[in-house]
Amino acid sequence: MSTLLSFTALGLFTGAAYAIAASGLVLTYTTTRVFNLAHGAIGMVMAFVYWQLSVAWGLPIWAALGLVLLVIAPLFGIVIERVMMRGLGDAPVSVGLVVTVGLFVGLIGVAQAFWPPRARTVDQFFGRAGVTVGDAHISYHSLLTIALSMVVAGGLYVLLNRTRIGAAMRASVDNPELLGLFGGRPQRVSMASWAIGAASGALAGILLTPVLSLDYYELTLLVINAYAAAMLGRLRSLPLTFVGAMVLGLLQSYAVGYLPSSELLQGFRAVIPTLMLFGVLLFVPQARLRVGQVKGIVSAPVPSLRRSVTAGLVLVGVVAAATPLLPADLVMLASIALIYGMVMLSLVLLTGYGGHVSLAQLTFVGIGAMVLAKLDSPSVFALVVAALAAAAVGALIALPVLRLTGLYLALATLAFGQLMDKLVFQAPFAFGFNESLTAQRLRLLGLEFGTEQAYLVLIAICFAGMAVGLLALRRGRIGRLLLAMRDSPAACGTLGLSLRWFRVGLFAASAGMAGFAGALLAGLRQTVAATDFQVFASLPLLLLAVVCGVTSVTGALTGGFLLMLLPLTQSEYPALAGVVYLIIGFGAVGLGRDPNGLANQLFRLGGWLRSQSWWPRRSYEPPLTASAPAEEVPSGVA
Amino acid sequence: MALLDVADVTVRFGGVTAVDGASISAEQSRITGLIGPNGAGKTTLFNVITGLQPPTAGTVRLGGRNLARWPPSRRARAGMGRTFQRLEAFGSLTVRENVLVAREIHQGVKGLLRGSGSRVDELLERVGISGYAAHRADAVPTGVARLLEMARVLAIDPRLLLLDEPSSGLDESETAAFGALLRELAAEDRTILLVEHDMDLVMSVCDVIHVLEFGRIIASGTPEEIRADTRVQEAYLGAEPASATGGQP
Repeated sequence: MSTLLSFTALGLFTGAAYAIAASGLVLTYTTTRVFNLAHGAIGMVMAFVYWQLSVAWGLPIWAALGLVLLVIAPLFGIVIERVMMRGLGDAPVSVGLVVTVGLFVGLIGVAQAFWPPRARTVDQFFGRAGVTVGDAHISYHSLLTIALSMVVAGGLYVLLNRTRIGAAMRASVDNPELLGLFGGRPQRVSMASWAIGAASGALAGILLTPVLSLDYYELTLLVINAYAAAMLGRLRSLPLTFVGAMVLGLLQSYAVGYLPSSELLQGFRAVIPTLMLFGVLLFVPQARLRVGQVKGIVSAPVPSLRRSVTAGLVLVGVVAAATPLLPADLVMLASIALIYGMVMLSLVLLTGYGGHVSLAQLTFVGIGAMVLAKLDSPSVFALVVAALAAAAVGALIALPVLRLTGLYLALATLAFGQLMDKLVFQAPFAFGFNESLTAQRLRLLGLEFGTEQAYLVLIAICFAGMAVGLLALRRGRIGRLLLAMRDSPAACGTLGLSLRWFRVGLFAASAGMAGFAGALLAGLRQTVAATDFQVFASLPLLLLAVVCGVTSVTGALTGGFLLMLLPLTQSEYPALAGVVYLIIGFGAVGLGRDPNGLANQLFRLGGWLRSQSWWPRRSYEPPLTASAPAEEVPSGVA
Repeated sequence: MALLDVADVTVRFGGVTAVDGASISAEQSRITGLIGPNGAGKTTLFNVITGLQPPTAGTVRLGGRNLARWPPSRRARAGMGRTFQRLEAFGSLTVRENVLVAREIHQGVKGLLRGSGSRVDELLERVGISGYAAHRADAVPTGVARLLEMARVLAIDPRLLLLDEPSSGLDESETAAFGALLRELAAEDRTILLVEHDMDLVMSVCDVIHVLEFGRIIASGTPEEIRADTRVQEAYLGAEPASATGGQP
């Protein structure tokens, strides 16, 4: 009986903290239509600030708490809203996601730069004091958290339903233009909701820190728990969000208390939010199509078939010619860069052309690598099976989210990535806990690609083939349809396109490409482990893809190269580890609105070079005005 | 019987009621007008009919079938097509590709085997924008973009056309040609529901007109009846200054 009581109290405490975090998330989402993926990261940074004030500088607890909750966090929220988020609610979902993922990764960079890794503890409020009921000890800290969650829930309820700005907030949920017409001030509403949102993240972070320890990732991933809780109320209803949070907290607590402690169930507790999330997603009704999204994104130029094939042959030729001259470690790095380039190509299809976002692309790479290693056969057949397996899993993820918008799909991928991390990849039937799998290099038509050099040439051929195929797809019927769907899902819907299955196919194709790259990676490294494919690493991958240009092959190649450099830089200069994230994160915040990224600047440079008088011209080249408009680089970038 | 029958539709956004128990119908092969001042709820009603906005209450029937819970794509395949007041052209495609995509969506899997090109060129010709075929859709004048939406929706061969302010951005001669096009389409047995601010156009082409104000239907009848209706005159005279100061969002 007393165990039940203890676990119930613990569950209510965790649930209460989730409820506080989740209500802030729901508030910002409903009022500004920006789902703040960095919600947990804000809580994490604010918990560090609180530690700095109260522990490092010795401020009284009430002063530190007051400063963080009433001054620093709200100001931070306002600054974020003004600088990064304004107007994002009307932008395509993918842009909003990329910008908040940028903030997410950037804030982890900030935390690592200001508070380098070492043990830091924050005590519970009131120390260990509490009440004892029977054998169960319930700390005042837990009771305070539960009370605070009710205060927050009640406060928000009163704010939304009994105040003028609350009414404006509710109106702006459905129709911000209408709110403007009726004399409301959408900007003030959105600033207020970001301020409150940041403060709620901070409060949840501070309350959870004594239990979770002050860690960059644990608190940051709190956003998944908050999201799972909020989904019960479809990201709208605060009372249901509160219920969802409490259910989640209790489930997690009871799982610890009552599930047998077998190896398989070890990771189970951590994935309860994800399981609950998928459970809830299955029952969420059809989402609406939005009218009035941003349209006509300036696209990167699409080369003709001849040009893309030529470029592919040049790439393979250069690689084949240079490989014998390169030292072994450079060969390895070049191979990794090209494989990452293929992963980036999978994002070109999904995000660049399709306008959808995957926050766990590396997980699909991991699935491909795992399947290839498990098949233990160096054949093309194994490569294809690995790609198909990743595609099948991709389709499985997209299925429950079939009826919903791209936002839910992206968030489901994040939850899925975490599930694979904690429950599947480390399991004995997969990579194994702290173990690795071995893989063989491909044998093809009697040719062996056993050496690093030969394997690099093979990888270059695969990259070129994938790129040529992707561009061919882009020029054809499916490419047109993808762009149409990205530009205006509402118009596609009213023209009779059922977006559901199309999206599942798109997502599966992208996951399959990533899985293919993963299978090649396994062959390259020859040993692969679960730690190679952690979900968190998918985020810098996505950000680099966007920063480098997620609409073009050039961007993918650049992105693959930079992603290869990332761990290298971090191991060479450990002090800069955080700063690198900071640059990538805020780079994405800055460039997130232009999906053509750095590649577009390269194209412009190329165009400028060609326009110069000293540029060598072929005699038969037609004058510039006669070239096909589709191949021109548009000068104005939206 | 009316092809489209909208009964007692109400839509509330938070505390604001955008459509308040509106009932309208559109008869087969007729042009039905839907007019009203800015913010009267016309576009919201269109969104309800096409399935983009679930109504708080009320029903929409097409050919007698209740469309509740039908997604927009199913309504389109049942023969419903629309244009948008705030243009929803596929901006990163060319004008021709916009229509081509619509045709390909309409043909579905069969479209993969058959070419759609000649029909697309006919449509561009018909609405009079062949000259812009190779231009990117986000780089053409508003009038052309409106006609593009018209060509695009015709590519799915709808029996019910919902047109949301299709003539704004057109000059006088273009508007006259557009009016003739609407008449032709009605003669081809298509049913048209037209939201329009150009009163001359509405009065000259519509067979029946519904007047919406503050989300309610305040009058329905032939153009002559509407013109003579005192409530409509009041609503319009009262509404003009308000819409001028309120402005477009």
